[in-house]
Amino acid sequence: MTKNRNNQRKHTILLSGLAVGMLGFAFALVPLYAIFCEVTGINGKTYAQEIDDTPAVLQVSEREVTIQFLGQVGRGMPWEFRPMDTQLKVRLGEINLTSYYARNRATQAVTGQAVPSVSPFYASNYLHKIECFCFTQQLLEAGEEQQMSLRFYIDEDLPEEIKTLTLSYALFEVPELEVASLTLTNNLQ
Amino acid sequence: MAVTADHNIPNRSPLMAFLSRWLLTTNHKEIGTLYMWLSFVLFFIGGAMAMVIRMELFQPGIQFAEPLLYNQMVTLHGLIMVFGVVMPGFVGLANWQLPMMIGAPDMALPRLNNFSFWILPFAFTLLISTLFMEGGAPNFGWTFYAPLSTTYGPPSTDVFIFGVHLMGISSVLGAINIIVTIFNLRVKGMTLMKMPLFVWTWLITAFLLVMVMPVLAGAVTMVLTDRHFGTSFFAAAGGGDPLLFQHVFWFFGHPEVYILILPGFGIASQIIPTFARKKLFGYHSMVYATASIAILSFVVWGHHMFTTGMPLTAELFVMYATMLIAVPTGVKVFNWVATMWRGSITFETPMLFALGFVILFTIGGFSGLMLALVPADFQYHDTFFVVAHFHYVLYPGAIFGIMSAVYYWLPKWTGNMYDERLGKIHFWTAIIGVNMTFFPMHFLGLAGMPRRIVDYSLQFADFNMVASFGAGMLGLTQVLFLYIVIKTIRGGKKATGRVWEGAEGLEWTLASPAPLHTFETPPKFPTPEEDYPRD
Ligand code: HEM
Ligand SMILES: [Cu+2]
Repeated sequence: MTKNRNNQRKHTILLSGLAVGMLGFAFALVPLYAIFCEVTGINGKTYAQEIDDTPAVLQVSEREVTIQFLGQVGRGMPWEFRPMDTQLKVRLGEINLTSYYARNRATQAVTGQAVPSVSPFYASNYLHKIECFCFTQQLLEAGEEQQMSLRFYIDEDLPEEIKTLTLSYALFEVPELEVASLTLTNNLQ
Repeated sequence: MAVTADHNIPNRSPLMAFLSRWLLTTNHKEIGTLYMWLSFVLFFIGGAMAMVIRMELFQPGIQFAEPLLYNQMVTLHGLIMVFGVVMPGFVGLANWQLPMMIGAPDMALPRLNNFSFWILPFAFTLLISTLFMEGGAPNFGWTFYAPLSTTYGPPSTDVFIFGVHLMGISSVLGAINIIVTIFNLRVKGMTLMKMPLFVWTWLITAFLLVMVMPVLAGAVTMVLTDRHFGTSFFAAAGGGDPLLFQHVFWFFGHPEVYILILPGFGIASQIIPTFARKKLFGYHSMVYATASIAILSFVVWGHHMFTTGMPLTAELFVMYATMLIAVPTGVKVFNWVATMWRGSITFETPMLFALGFVILFTIGGFSGLMLALVPADFQYHDTFFVVAHFHYVLYPGAIFGIMSAVYYWLPKWTGNMYDERLGKIHFWTAIIGVNMTFFPMHFLGLAGMPRRIVDYSLQFADFNMVASFGAGMLGLTQVLFLYIVIKTIRGGKKATGRVWEGAEGLEWTLASPAPLHTFETPPKFPTPEEDYPRD
């Protein structure tokens, strides 16, 4: 009987541990999901490319593709926000520069964060951004305007069938309180 | 071990004695009864909401339920039926039956058992009270997708979150109790592979519960912090992703639907052999099939998200994995049919419900297969076809399972036989009602009627009217069910200990009604050559 009691206690503790572990797993899904999306490029998320990852001399290929730019603001975001070029024809491997225009229409300073997305999503791993306003948060004073630059190149391995790709930015007001999850995902961007 | 409850303490008013008996009871049978009644009461509350939904959908146009009210009804109906009816119903059956079936005196952790139960009435009172709060009850569907529940959720969302936490705690504690009981309190000689199938399916269900209810708790916690503490798990603004919500939710959600059906499989596997007067065909394959369904259920959550733009490889993987689940499920259906093959079958009410379960659950399984096909699902998703599908697996599946178990074991619990004639009327009205309500929804869905919308266009009118008439019939006949149960409790033909001629198992060696304390000294578990003792 006492052996049985001990077993019961052991099982109860193990199972409680399993339950707590699964609660932890639910939260672990957050970074796991971000990493998974980064590795596979699904979800159309593009991520920062460190400058030194970029090959010193890029092979510029003959192949040309069209890249389109979109910009929209999130709910309640008081900025005007649009691409300076809506469309560019670029060669693979060639470094290009374009920019977005932003103006804060509010009467106080507002911090914004742009969240990029590429479609078709499987092109996102071939679009490399060397410099982007989306890498950091942008602060605009009341009424201030700014041209925010974007320097990128497209990998020469871009799948054959892609002739046009779209890079879209959604601009959001950064919430007052910033917490763990934010910095965590920012590190990946 | 038995606490105060049943040793009447003198100098108490009858009311106090009654209250403390039920509030403080640690007896598995009494707690089982409490669970069953809670489930029954919530069945009528959730059912009343279904009636509101069906009355509103009786005709095109808005009759009386404004869209906001309609959405609240759909949400609460779903939450109450899933967490308040099916789950407590199965837990109540487990409480009553598991100790008797494995020859144990009680559950392993009786005080925890009391606590697990008494959390639930609070949780559901909270949930239902949101109807009277400012901004109304939650209106985002039982799936509470972000941002509907984060950015756009009504203030009562926080109460809903607290309620879900309470339900989660209750289920996890209940599940732990069940596993510990099954592992430690089996009578000598009953190895795992000799356990009755109801015990097996509950063991596996309990593991699913321990593993996924915490994930649901995680999901609601993230919704809460997104709402109030500035996190951005699901808000793109802060670098989060609303799609992440769906992944977390369905990682819980798909195993959850098996939580809602596996004990039903166990019930069918007890009842069909009894009334076919044959041993269950393919016992071992039943156990393995249940286990593989449970394991596979962890990798197929993506089939709820086919239209969210998943990569092709993921869609293919999920599609094939989902269709793979049809294999063990088919094994089970085959075994039930094979058990009846050349049996000498009689059709008492429990058997009728079990047969209804097998046939109609299979239809639900087939529509599920259709939904698992990615290209087809692009059309069916978020239409009434989905509503038809999950009601076929839940109503004639889970609910009929519970009803057949109630008819089957009620004589053991009360000592009286139920009224067979009324039972049969209940069955036939229920099965006609179920098909009349939910079968037309297949056609509606295929024709493109979207779900969760208060109004619809004219071409859907006829089928909707049929469905609403069916629902009225189905709802009314449950009042008959209530009457039958009460009538049986109050009297009737006395039941023998064995109750059913073909019944096998330790619970039938006890007298009817089962005494409050049973198997204080462990019974003898017969070897395969022996028969169970008869009274
Ligand atoms: C007379 C009985 C019932 C009727 C008439 C009924 C009717 C309905 C209808 C019309 C909807 C869809 C509303 C919409 O999406 O626009 C619905 C949703 C639902 N029902 Fe039932 N139902 C009944 C019983 C049950 C039972 C027994 C269960 C569970 C065990 C259940 C679980 C659900 C769930 C989970 C949803 C989904 C809610 C959502 O997605 O928002 N129902 N029901
Ligand atoms: Cu599923």
